[in-house]
Amino acid sequence: MSGIWVVLEERDGRVGRASWEALAAGQKLASLTGKALNAAVIGASTEALAGETAAKAVGKVARVEHALLAAYTPDGYTIALHQFFEQEQPEFVVFPHTYQVRDFAPALAARMNEVLISDVVGIAEGPVFTRQLMQGRLAGAYRHRGNGPCFVSVQAGAFRAEEVGAGSAEVTTFAPTIDATQIRTKPGEPFRGSAQTVDLGSAQRIVSVGRGIKESDNLPLVQELATALDAEVAASRPICDNGWLPMERQVGSSGQTVSPKLYLAVGISGAIQHLVGMKGSQCIVAINKDPEAPIFEVADYGIVGDLFEVVPALTEALQAAK
Amino acid sequence: MKIIVAIKQVPERDAQVRIDASGKWIEESDVQYAMNESDAYALEEALQLKEKHGGEVIVLSAGPERVGTTIREALAKGADRAIHVDCNDLATRDALSVARLLADAIKPESPDLVLSGLQSDDLGYGQTGVILAELLSVPHASLILTVEKTDAGLKVKRELEAGWFQEIELPLPAVLAMQSGGNKLRYATLMGIKKAKTKEMRVVGCDDLGAAQPALATLDNVTLPQKQKSTQIIEGDAKQAAATLVEKLKFEARVL
Repeated sequence: MSGIWVVLEERDGRVGRASWEALAAGQKLASLTGKALNAAVIGASTEALAGETAAKAVGKVARVEHALLAAYTPDGYTIALHQFFEQEQPEFVVFPHTYQVRDFAPALAARMNEVLISDVVGIAEGPVFTRQLMQGRLAGAYRHRGNGPCFVSVQAGAFRAEEVGAGSAEVTTFAPTIDATQIRTKPGEPFRGSAQTVDLGSAQRIVSVGRGIKESDNLPLVQELATALDAEVAASRPICDNGWLPMERQVGSSGQTVSPKLYLAVGISGAIQHLVGMKGSQCIVAINKDPEAPIFEVADYGIVGDLFEVVPALTEALQAAK
Repeated sequence: MKIIVAIKQVPERDAQVRIDASGKWIEESDVQYAMNESDAYALEEALQLKEKHGGEVIVLSAGPERVGTTIREALAKGADRAIHVDCNDLATRDALSVARLLADAIKPESPDLVLSGLQSDDLGYGQTGVILAELLSVPHASLILTVEKTDAGLKVKRELEAGWFQEIELPLPAVLAMQSGGNKLRYATLMGIKKAKTKEMRVVGCDDLGAAQPALATLDNVTLPQKQKSTQIIEGDAKQAAATLVEKLKFEARVL
């Protein structure tokens, strides 16, 4: 058995932030279990990634490398990591909960007759893994019961990337055996949906609207509030799914990540996919009729009430204060 | 094309959920149930593919007797027939165990395509489609918004993070985990609702499927989430609350 392995993911040629957070989760797991912490990077050319990782406080860094891993495919990654973990026999495998990981890690776990404990937001003695249920309204405590590796993926923002210290790890290379015929999907180059004309990332104030607005005819209510605040209008996923606002105004894991001075969430319940995109905001205000809505977990100020009464009143109060 | 759509019945989004006496799950009698949102998009995609290319759409759902209402809704929207995996302990099963049940129900049908929603709104494991592909030994793609049939198989549009997309080609048979928002959802017509009553709904016992094996991960307890911040809840009617909020944003938070 070889302790804990954290699988890091590349973003623009470097290790992505979510991966350092996964490493911090791995570090927590190491401190709770006394197991060694190691890291793996995967791809066709991983020297730079491995170098970056080896400068962190990890025991070993493995380069899982093959020409057929140049572009991500679920088949390629599953085959390569399956072979690697068959050799290493880890007790824990930790991933960042990225879209890429969601696409292959459950298959990898199943291939090893195991299951992925996905989207973890906390790790405690046991180890007990906490993840959200019911769109963030409840938390569930999970324990691994299998005999093989315990696979875990870690939600963005749940662990602090800065907590991983410096070090100098030994780097080894693992060459999986992959045949081109085993890779059944053909991925195209990533592209942007449309030219981004709204840069929510640099907005100072954002008024964001969710399902609570009920229908598109009610949107002017929110637009007037945004005007009174001199703010950009943004939305949670369902609003953009319905075509009520363009996709480029979507805040969340599939949309933009924002960190304005003021984020005003109107009729947004606060599913984790939305929270990861906005919880870095300096001041968060939530208006929602459900006092149990998870948005109130992260808000600085909250008004529990009917947005159709509160929003016009707020617009008026802001205009009066000008 | 023979398409199987895996759908799940979940508590309605606005349902007030209460933790049950065991502390391990929610009080199920409290809540109204509905079709899981991304599964509804998977069903819509399946119906559109059938309309374009012909074939059959089979709805597959695991759960207790009550899931029959969600299955009937899918049939009313246009699915041809259904398989109900009758199972009372879904919440205590891990993702692999549930996928095994579904895979065993799917295998005898030999479908060209299996669609699932990306993630359920209750447990939210987000793994069923990906594990199904592994168990059925077919290729898969997840976070799919649109599907186009080609001579070689399928060309799909996959959502990546932060506003990026990607096209992927894959052969059939395959499994796709559908993201919400790719299509406009249809409503069931009156005629559809009438017809649904006569469509085949085959019930398969959960014990007849998926070799029993101990859970690999267990949900030991359910609690209210820990607050990350202490939220100041502003009281009063709409007018008073709005005025107080403006004051606080101006002088306390200094963001106006």
